[in-house]
Amino acid sequence: MLIAFYIASAIAVLATIIAITRRHAVHALLYLIVSLLGVAIDFFVIGAPFLAALELIIYAGAIMVLFLFVVMMLNIGEHATEVETASLKPGVWGWPSALGVVLIAELIYVAAHASAPPGPMHVVSAKEIGISLFGPYAIGVELASLLLTSGLVGAYHLGRRTSREEERNDAGTVGTRIGSSGDLVRSGSGRTSYTA
Amino acid sequence: MINLYPLLIIAVVLFIVLNLAAGLIWVERRLLALWQDRYGPNRVGPFGLGQVLADSVKLFLKEDWIPPFADKGVFILAPGIIVATAILSFAVIPLAPGFVVADLNIGVLFLLAMSSLGVYSVVLAGWASNNKYSLLGGIRASAQMLSYEVFMGLSLLGVVILAGSFRLTDIVEAQRKVWFVIPQFPGFVLFLIAGVAETRRLPFDLAEAESELVAGFHSEYSGMKFGMFFVGEYIGVILISVAISLLYFGGWLGPVLPPGLWLAIKTMTFICLFILMRAGLPRPRFDQLMSWGWKYLLPLALLNLLVTGAVVLALS
Repeated sequence: MLIAFYIASAIAVLATIIAITRRHAVHALLYLIVSLLGVAIDFFVIGAPFLAALELIIYAGAIMVLFLFVVMMLNIGEHATEVETASLKPGVWGWPSALGVVLIAELIYVAAHASAPPGPMHVVSAKEIGISLFGPYAIGVELASLLLTSGLVGAYHLGRRTSREEERNDAGTVGTRIGSSGDLVRSGSGRTSYTA
Repeated sequence: MINLYPLLIIAVVLFIVLNLAAGLIWVERRLLALWQDRYGPNRVGPFGLGQVLADSVKLFLKEDWIPPFADKGVFILAPGIIVATAILSFAVIPLAPGFVVADLNIGVLFLLAMSSLGVYSVVLAGWASNNKYSLLGGIRASAQMLSYEVFMGLSLLGVVILAGSFRLTDIVEAQRKVWFVIPQFPGFVLFLIAGVAETRRLPFDLAEAESELVAGFHSEYSGMKFGMFFVGEYIGVILISVAISLLYFGGWLGPVLPPGLWLAIKTMTFICLFILMRAGLPRPRFDQLMSWGWKYLLPLALLNLLVTGAVVLALS
């Protein structure tokens, strides 16, 4: 099981590095998903199967799909790749790398001074997680739900405004619709010019 | 000496699932023909059963073409994901008492996780094809599957509350007195609808919608890559049917006949229901599909969960 943990961790770290350095947004997202899968396996191996399942369902299965959905809708082509290339200049790496090195040093220090792992592994059941979420951590759950509700209200507000504008547009001409559908034709993996 | 029993179970499960998926090509075409008052494939071999073999050979020998404008890596990856996630789901499905690859204590969640990962296949296929119809299909599929996944999970939680466990074996054993379809009838209906939407079968096949999107996300696919989508869809149908039998209809529980046979009978019934739905129901409009999902089915699933929880709490 320990081998599975280290393999999954190595894959997660590697996939994350690749995700950061990809110039293509969709490819980067795919590596990020691989990284999340690796972390899920880690959770599973160290005795938190419920957390592993949630990681898969919520992060890999829902949030990343939304990301992908948005990236698909945007018209990402050669231009975006150029922008990405420009922002990945060697000079940009300085500060993040320095901060990363500090974190790694801390991690190594902690790992070197950590006490031996506690005896037999304790598998955390879904029930225990539920009890602690709605017991000692109830305030955190409530705050998170408030945050999500505010996000929902905000999204609803923004969505409402555009729908009113659409009505106005629809009342005008059908031309706007044709114009906006032209954008869809140009999206996809971004090399539609090849076919045209 | 390594214990070979788990390997044997894996081999048997794979054998059953893959052969059943291939056989469903014939079953579906024959049943559709029956309900549409025609013959269907009946020339190759007895009852036309050879059609399965002929179709497979055709798929293998067809030219496997990757369009030059496609994103090659993702294009190849996409059909693999759907088959892999669908087959992986069967790891937690018990076919008979004790006959399961991995009896995880998070079985139900694992099923949901795999079905949510399966979305990527369709989305990436639609995007990587770099074709406007495929992209529209991919966008539709991701919106549809994201929406229906939400209350698919919620509708299952009623069963989990009653059984007190995420483990599928426990859930089946908890149905010794009464099948969960009776106390959880709304949950069953919601899960069935969500299951059809998750497998993108008619009437929820808007991601393919031949009449408007050519073939949606798999327009550009040919040969065995198309075959993978095909097989993946059938495995998904089998999976949802098995899941319904296990979660709501007592799985392998039943008198006289051996447990495995009971599960097979129940599963085949639901597979036929899937095909009957394809034969009998028209396709809704996409905005109707989305508004039903969010405005009616999701609140109903939440209500079902609330009432189930309240009743269980009051009785305990």
